[in-house]
Amino acid sequence: MTIPKQEIAHRLIEAAVTRTATTPLTNDFPDLDPATAYEVQDAVVQARVDSGAAIIGAKLGLTSVAKQTQMNVTEPLYGWLTDDMQLDTGETLVCSKYIQPRCEPEVAFLLGADLEGPHVLASHVLAATALIFPAVDILDSRFAGYKFTGPDVIADNSSCAGFVFGGQGVDPRGIDLRLIGCTFEKNGALLATAAGAAVLGHPAAAVAWMVRRMALRGQGMRAGQVVMAGALTEAVAVSPGDTIVARFDRLGTVELPCR
Amino acid sequence: MSASLSSEQAQTFGDALYDARRTGVPIPAFTDELPDLRMEDGYAIQQHLVSRLLADGETICGYKLGLTSAPMQKLLGVDSPDFGPVFASTVYRDGAELPVDRFIAPRMEAEIAVILDRELSGPHCTPADAYSATRGLVASLEIVDSRIKDWKIKLADTVADLASNGAIALSSLVVPIDDFDPRLVGMVFSKNGEVIASGAGAAALGDPLAAVAWLANTLAPMGITLPAGSVIMTGALHAMVPVSPGDVFRADFDRLGPITIRMASE
Repeated sequence: MTIPKQEIAHRLIEAAVTRTATTPLTNDFPDLDPATAYEVQDAVVQARVDSGAAIIGAKLGLTSVAKQTQMNVTEPLYGWLTDDMQLDTGETLVCSKYIQPRCEPEVAFLLGADLEGPHVLASHVLAATALIFPAVDILDSRFAGYKFTGPDVIADNSSCAGFVFGGQGVDPRGIDLRLIGCTFEKNGALLATAAGAAVLGHPAAAVAWMVRRMALRGQGMRAGQVVMAGALTEAVAVSPGDTIVARFDRLGTVELPCR
Repeated sequence: MSASLSSEQAQTFGDALYDARRTGVPIPAFTDELPDLRMEDGYAIQQHLVSRLLADGETICGYKLGLTSAPMQKLLGVDSPDFGPVFASTVYRDGAELPVDRFIAPRMEAEIAVILDRELSGPHCTPADAYSATRGLVASLEIVDSRIKDWKIKLADTVADLASNGAIALSSLVVPIDDFDPRLVGMVFSKNGEVIASGAGAAALGDPLAAVAWLANTLAPMGITLPAGSVIMTGALHAMVPVSPGDVFRADFDRLGPITIRMASE
C-alpha cells in the first residue's frame, strides 16, 4: 500500500493549526516505517517553511533506552525546530497555543560551525559548539494523549512545538556534560533529578548520533543553529498558572511561567 | 507519640532480627502479625537490636537515612524519612570486593555521604547549621538489605531493621563544599559497565544538607548528638537496583569523583 505522504503531512499540520489532536497514522497506515515517516516529516517541516517559518535548529527525542523500549524502537529520533517555536528567555508559555503541552529539561547547543557527515563524534560536536545553555523543551504531540508509535512521532516532527533557553550561555570546554546534575521542578515541587548521561550517555554524543543519522538522509546542521540534545527526565504536562524550573549544575537555570 | 509495643515485645522482635542477621535467614514482617505497629515501635525494636550489636563490640560510625525520596515515601505511605546507625564493621573502601554471604537480599544505591567536621545536634538544626558543621562530601554506595523476608516491609519493619542498611562503601576523597551546590551535584550510576540511572543531590530530601539537619533534629529528643567525624548517608539519588554475585557497581559523581565496588562471585 502506498503511503500518501503529503496527505498525512497535511493532517498533522491541520492538527497543529487547529489545535485538535488526531489519531495515530499507523492506525490507518500500519506499514508506515521510519524511513517513510522521515519523508512525511520533511513535508511537515516544508509546509511550515512555506508558510513563512525559518528552520533554526533540531531536537532529539527518545534518547533514553527506557523510552525506546517503551516505544518499541531501537534508536532515538530527531525533528526540526522553526523560529515560530522559540520562546525568548523570560517569555511566558501560552498554553492555549498548544494541544497538550508538556515540558522537559534539556541541554541545548548553539553551533558556531557547520556540523555534518557520517563520522561526527561527540568531540566534533564540542569543537563546533559556541555555547551551551540550560533549556526546556516544549512538546506537543499532535496525537491525542501522546499515544503513538515510533513512526508516528517521527512523522509528527518528533512532537516539536517550542523551546526556551536559560539566560546564561556557557563555553562547553572543560565541562564534563555527562556528569552535570539537573533538577526539574513544577510549582516549587521537585519532580525529578538526573545527570547529563541520561541522554545516550552524554549530551554531545546524542547530538553526534543525530548528525550521523541526518547524514544518511543528506541533511546536516549549520553554524548558528541550535540543537536540543534530548530529555534528561520524564516530561511533565503544564497548565496555565504553572511555573517550570530546570536547574543545571555549571550551566544555570531556566524558568518558564505558563499562562 | 509513644510506642504501642511493650518493651518485652520490642526485645523479642529485636532478638529475632539479631538472629536473622547472624544466620542469614530472613524473618516474616512484624507488621504481618501486628499491622498497627508504628514508626515509634520500629525505633524501640531498633534500639534493642543496636544495644545487642554494641554489646558484641560493634561501633557506630554514623547514620543512614532511608525513605528520602517522594516515590519511596509514597510506596510505604509515609511523609518522612527514617534512619538507622551505620556500624564501622560494615564500611568498605572504594574498589572493595564485598562478600555475598554477608547479605540476604542486597540492593544497591548511590548516595552523597556527608562527613561532619564538628559535633552537630538538634532540635533546631537548619541546613545552614549542617553546612557549617560539614567537613565535606564523599561519593558513596549503600548496599541496602532486608532481614525481612522478600523485602515485604512496612514502615515499622524497615525502621526496626536498621532502616534496611546492609553496608556502605566510601571514596577516600572528602570534598569540602566551597563553590558548588550539593543539590545540583550530578551522579551517573552504572552496573557492569552499563549506565542504568542518573540523578542529582536534590533527590535526597531536596538537599543533602537538609537531610543532615533532619537527622540531627530527629536524634535530639532521643538524647543523641552527632559526633565530629560522623558519616551520614543522605539517601539514594535513584531507584534501588538488584544485586547479583559478580556484579560491578560504579557511581560517578560530578565534583566528588567515582566509587566502584564489586560483589564477590559465589
